[in-house]
Amino acid sequence: MAQHQVNYLKDGGLPVALTTIDKVVNWGRSNSLWALTYGLACCGIEMMASGASRYDFDRFGTIFRASPRQAELMVVAGTLTKKHAEFIRRLYDQMTEPKWVISMGSCANTGGMFNTYSTVQGVDRVIPVDLYLPGCAPRPETLQYGVMMLQQKIRRESASRAQKPKRLM
Amino acid sequence: MRAYTPKDNVQKKPYYTDRYWVAPQVAKHDVSSDDVFAADLDAIKAKFDVLDAYIQVEQMVVVINAADNFAVIEMLKNERDYNQLSEMSAIDWLASEGKFEIFYQMLSMTKRKRLRIKCKIDEKESIQSVEKLFRSADWSEREMYDMFGVVVNNHPFMKRILMPDDWEGFPLRKTYPLQGDEFAAWYEVDKIFGKEAREIIGPENRDPARIDRYDTERFARLGHEVPRGTDITHGEPDTPLVYQENEGVFMIEKFDAQKSVVISDRHR
Repeated sequence: MAQHQVNYLKDGGLPVALTTIDKVVNWGRSNSLWALTYGLACCGIEMMASGASRYDFDRFGTIFRASPRQAELMVVAGTLTKKHAEFIRRLYDQMTEPKWVISMGSCANTGGMFNTYSTVQGVDRVIPVDLYLPGCAPRPETLQYGVMMLQQKIRRESASRAQKPKRLM
Repeated sequence: MRAYTPKDNVQKKPYYTDRYWVAPQVAKHDVSSDDVFAADLDAIKAKFDVLDAYIQVEQMVVVINAADNFAVIEMLKNERDYNQLSEMSAIDWLASEGKFEIFYQMLSMTKRKRLRIKCKIDEKESIQSVEKLFRSADWSEREMYDMFGVVVNNHPFMKRILMPDDWEGFPLRKTYPLQGDEFAAWYEVDKIFGKEAREIIGPENRDPARIDRYDTERFARLGHEVPRGTDITHGEPDTPLVYQENEGVFMIEKFDAQKSVVISDRHR
């Protein structure tokens, strides 16, 4: 038996917290965003830097996973070629609902400087995107800010209602 | 997006011509000025027809008949010690001559010389593979087929290397538009969603700087977010940014420097 005295009625010592289901679920979801590693080009280097010790995504609960089955956030970091478009769609379909997509950098947003025959002009032609990050390449701070923005977006959503899957069409 | 205009004859209709510009020409020297190259050229001339030969930038260029390409390169490799095929590809001269130029850049490590074999083929003509002599020709020839549509005979795996297998068209031909033809423009939509999705997804936006102020499908103003697809032409509500530590989220509170404890005694 513990010897110290706990005043349960003072300083928030009461081991009971009152909240809503929405808030609890969204708190959990937004603070454990597991991201699918999707480094396609140089933005991937910035994404890796964000995950590594200096910027440390782990403190937001964003842990990079190498499998779409374990991920709920897809950070499309880099140029998406038309040859690769079907595979990004396949991986997106394999992620479990609810899922979110961050389009990172100019190439993923609009095709960027690759105004050519072989580049998809924006990943939103293939998968629905929640957040577009500008930059070429965006610095890790930008990606960090983007993830925090996405967290806010998730917290604003109603968790209890059946999630309507996002569809392009 | 601008309307697509077919660019079938880009070589014949340049949109800009500088009347006073003279294309710089690299000086050509006679082969007899270099003893090593002269001996090589004599060896080639002894067995094959040589259409042209000269030295440019200290490298010999030999133009031969396309039918001789395998035999010439085999001879150069086995008898003249050119033991590396450093590069090979095609050049599109279809607009001016109706031909492809195929070049083989070879290197002799012992002689420290580089030699280029050139030959020309018609658009529908195919060429003999040199993959049996140089393994490096394997991918180069596949790339040549992929980018120019030059078919290579006796290649072990004649297949596209860079573009998808079901791609139509050869992107490095001068007649191929840089932003792709209609097949390229709809490739990913056709493949993933089917042709009937073209109308829903819409044409590609080829202007990366374009921003639609009222597009809530792709853009959200920070601090004025609305649900996706809402019509905001008549204004949008303020949604101030709220951080979770201000919102009273369970267990998360804002860092307060006053309440924090700074440990100055490291041995405590």
